[in-house]
Amino acid sequence: MQAVRIAGAGSTPFGVSSERTGRDLFGEAARIAIDDSGVPRADIDRLCYGNFVGTVTERQGHQGPLMAAAAGVTAPATRYESACASGGVALKSAAEAVRSGAVDVVLVGGMERMHNVTTERATEGLAMAADDLYESRAGVTFPGAYALMARAYFAEFGGTRADLAAVAVKNHRNALGNETAQFQREISPTDVLEAPTVADPLGLYDACPITDGASACVLVSESYAAAHDLNAPVEITGAGQGTDSLALQQRESLTRTPATTRAATTAYDEAEITPADIDLLEVHDCFTIAEVLALEGLRLYDPGAAIDAAAAGETTADGDLPVNLSGGLKAKGHPVGATGVSQVVELTKLLRGDHVNSDAVPDATVALAHNAGGTVASATVHVLEVCA
Amino acid sequence: MRAQREDGYDDLLDALADEDGYYYACPAGHGSLPPQQVCPTCGDDELTTEPLADTGTVVTFTEIAVPSPSFSGQTPVVVIADFGPVRLTGRFVDDSDRLEVGCSVTPTVASSPEGNRHVGARFASER
Repeated sequence: MQAVRIAGAGSTPFGVSSERTGRDLFGEAARIAIDDSGVPRADIDRLCYGNFVGTVTERQGHQGPLMAAAAGVTAPATRYESACASGGVALKSAAEAVRSGAVDVVLVGGMERMHNVTTERATEGLAMAADDLYESRAGVTFPGAYALMARAYFAEFGGTRADLAAVAVKNHRNALGNETAQFQREISPTDVLEAPTVADPLGLYDACPITDGASACVLVSESYAAAHDLNAPVEITGAGQGTDSLALQQRESLTRTPATTRAATTAYDEAEITPADIDLLEVHDCFTIAEVLALEGLRLYDPGAAIDAAAAGETTADGDLPVNLSGGLKAKGHPVGATGVSQVVELTKLLRGDHVNSDAVPDATVALAHNAGGTVASATVHVLEVCA
Repeated sequence: MRAQREDGYDDLLDALADEDGYYYACPAGHGSLPPQQVCPTCGDDELTTEPLADTGTVVTFTEIAVPSPSFSGQTPVVVIADFGPVRLTGRFVDDSDRLEVGCSVTPTVASSPEGNRHVGARFASER
């Protein structure tokens, strides 16, 4: 067993890059990460790459070899697809490859390009994360599915749209100054509450944007880092993945996300930590309600108790448990296949002290990344720790 | 319009159209919907066909203001209703003004503007 270090990390700017091809975006993210690591390209043993709707938006399958060439890498390359958790599963596979001793250096990343097609087409592509027979055909969209979960949550536990608005306000505030974030501007609770409805009870500002962008990390074994005198102070100490029924109707509860809990349990056990040890985290807030469900699924809050965490200031930058200091999917943006890796890019910088929000967590040593696919039918959790 | 029938799924829609809906049950009592070779919960391959309750209870719903291309120009309302051993997601086909969590609905078959069939739901009292 080899300890897994993060030697390099980087992302492109997130936002609207409709005229940039996917290979160009990923090539940039890979270049930033490789340069950050100091690892020669020839030493890279493998590329693990996440992408969701590239076959729809760019009509491009078989992206592994394409992205290897974009990164200047000749190592074996594979594309991973688990909807919005594509990056997370690519990361888990990369970490496992290093941990097992099979390889010493892995380039892991992801990319999504969606603004080159119409919003309607992008929405249709994203809806492919749902059950085609029993959800999509009945008209369920991605926001619609989360709206179904939000109303079920309100019915079971209470809560208001104002509680959810506090999540959006918090995450937009966190994105201020994050130079790669899509939305670097504050919004007010009124902005959220008065925004057009997308699928009631969720409005436009409850939803993350459509985002073009790419992220990448270079993972190395501890022995490789030592032999090459790399500055790689952040270690992936735990990795877990969980699966649930694809269709909401098949689940025992519409307000719980057991895939998250399963992934977290594995990751906590592997890292030998408890939820109380976590200093900060990035969670999959594709919609405001998703952040609430994530915090409960990760066992940081009891079921029904996280709805007012943001409004109460518990998860703000100056709170006891800062959540989504990057701005989260909500404001940093959500280039789907890259998101799981982008969360680790942000956390690595936050822990190293070279993130715009590092001052909010000066003594942090344990961080968590939570990435979800669809309505959390897939989930990954990674624990990051600063090495002594 | 979708020309190709799909085993299991279209059979269930035919049954719902005949007000003769069904679900699969395994010996442990887990419910599921076709097509399904084994119980998705426990993997048991001894599935029996059981009659679906005439009415179910709405556990959540939403009106989708930004629809998929299949419902362009519409604001489809989707419900998930509890029928005991199984839940069904369906497009609500009645006026949704009085729709709320806890309402009693009955399953039916609905069609998209393109003519593609899917599971629907309507108020039980207006069946």
